[in-house]
Amino acid sequence: MPLREDTHAIDIERIRADFPILARETRPGVRLVYLDNAATSQKPLPVIEAMDQYYRHENANIHRGIHRLAEEATERYESARRKIARFVGAGSWREVIFTRNTTEALNLLARTWGRANLKEGDRVLLTEMEHHSNIVPWQMLAAEMGIELDFVPVTEEGLLDMEAFERLLGQEPKLVGLTQMSNMLGTINPIAEMATRAKQAGAVVLVDGAQSVPHIPVDVQALGVDFLAFSAHKMLGPTGIGALYGREELLREMPPFLGGGDMIKRVELGGFTVNDLPWKFEAGTPPIAEGIGFGAAIDYLEGIGMEAVHAYEQALTAYALERLEEVPGVRVYGPGADQKGAVTSFTMEGLHPHDVAHILDDAGIAVRAGHHCAMPVHLRFGIPATTRASYYIYNTFDEVDRLIEALYRVKEIFQA
Amino acid sequence: MDDFYRELIIDRYKNPRMQGTLDPHDYSYQDDNPLCGDEIRIDLRVDEKGIVTEAAFSGKGCAISIASADLLTESIMGKSLEEIRSLSKEDIIEMLGIELGPVRLKCALLSLKVLKAGVYGLESLEEELTS
Repeated sequence: MPLREDTHAIDIERIRADFPILARETRPGVRLVYLDNAATSQKPLPVIEAMDQYYRHENANIHRGIHRLAEEATERYESARRKIARFVGAGSWREVIFTRNTTEALNLLARTWGRANLKEGDRVLLTEMEHHSNIVPWQMLAAEMGIELDFVPVTEEGLLDMEAFERLLGQEPKLVGLTQMSNMLGTINPIAEMATRAKQAGAVVLVDGAQSVPHIPVDVQALGVDFLAFSAHKMLGPTGIGALYGREELLREMPPFLGGGDMIKRVELGGFTVNDLPWKFEAGTPPIAEGIGFGAAIDYLEGIGMEAVHAYEQALTAYALERLEEVPGVRVYGPGADQKGAVTSFTMEGLHPHDVAHILDDAGIAVRAGHHCAMPVHLRFGIPATTRASYYIYNTFDEVDRLIEALYRVKEIFQA
Repeated sequence: MDDFYRELIIDRYKNPRMQGTLDPHDYSYQDDNPLCGDEIRIDLRVDEKGIVTEAAFSGKGCAISIASADLLTESIMGKSLEEIRSLSKEDIIEMLGIELGPVRLKCALLSLKVLKAGVYGLESLEEELTS
């Protein structure tokens, strides 16, 4: 039995008590083991209660009203923005734009920055391990404007091929867009180094932080990136809200995204003047309760500390990798625990991920089976799908043991 | 709940009876379920009266999609194309002998979709399978 390093700085039982869903059974006598955190995380009581509080006591539209409720709602919503700015090390709250999720943030960039700054024949450099949301918006722009896309290949070990990266930078891409943490391989990419090299080559740097911001300390200024996109729902917050960090200088030059209320200063029949940052990119009534919930999620994570979150998850992931690799026929994709976030995607010889996930579900274990919206990286490894167990701050070493037991049960049923 | 993976399904998945391709064939059609990467192809030979004399399936997929493809191709041997037209979702569920949720139902019905599309074209079955 491998070493279980469950001596850590955080009190898991106390954390678990904040997540009521973790106490539920998926069928009589079978307690939920939630290992689908890379898809969406569970929500702690402070987040649920903050949203509830808004609807019970403060519900009003923001930014316009003069009345007390509107003022309170605006303050709570905008204070969430300030928390988010601080959380990712932005220079100012004006650099944080609320979006629906990471996907919308990336589309916003392609449609505003992309349309304004790219022209036919310009190159955009992405990676083979991107989520579809950081590929398709650029493919759409390529079809529309004739820009060229290049992809940094992934090595057998599940890392970005840095020699190829250097070579592709030689083609002078206008934008380098890369994920900080792969949602399939779990690979944590060396963003600071890559951003430095990309900038030397004259590119603007965009980072997909959907998987990294929830799990590791992220500081946009220390990393030297121009844009960072992430979603609340993968970091203990609600669905329906995400954020785009952008360097103020770049945001100021970008054309607006959607048109409507809130994104304007003044409208006449002959035209409009855009609002100041960040509202220039935020047309229409936003998801207010969700914004407030996002702020509460940040408070919760800061209460634990992102260093502690990362350290605990790294120990848990190392243990999961060790135990997974002892199951005959299991192959885990991606690098070792030292270069990886809390994601373990694997295949089992002779078995389809759907069948594996189905039998795990019988044991109360929620995992993801499929291509996880990252088909290119699956194709890279010549597999149509994987089973993915992904962890968060409330998962325990015992839950990893339950996963492993259930995998042996899968083998027994299939005599594999 | 392990009943879901009945012996029949595991057996048909691991040792399918009808796996292969037919060359030449009178009908051949392939389709996939992009969500899980499953692919099924079905080949048929029919005589002048429209009776299936040989059937085979090939492809890859989960236990449910492979077992249903194997059971389905076996069940249509000696049947007329008219009889194939009347095969329904319920027939597949009955063959498999298990309760299927909406997600796994897609796996189970892939082979029926392929068979009907191959014989009658896609239009006819979209409404049929979704109704």
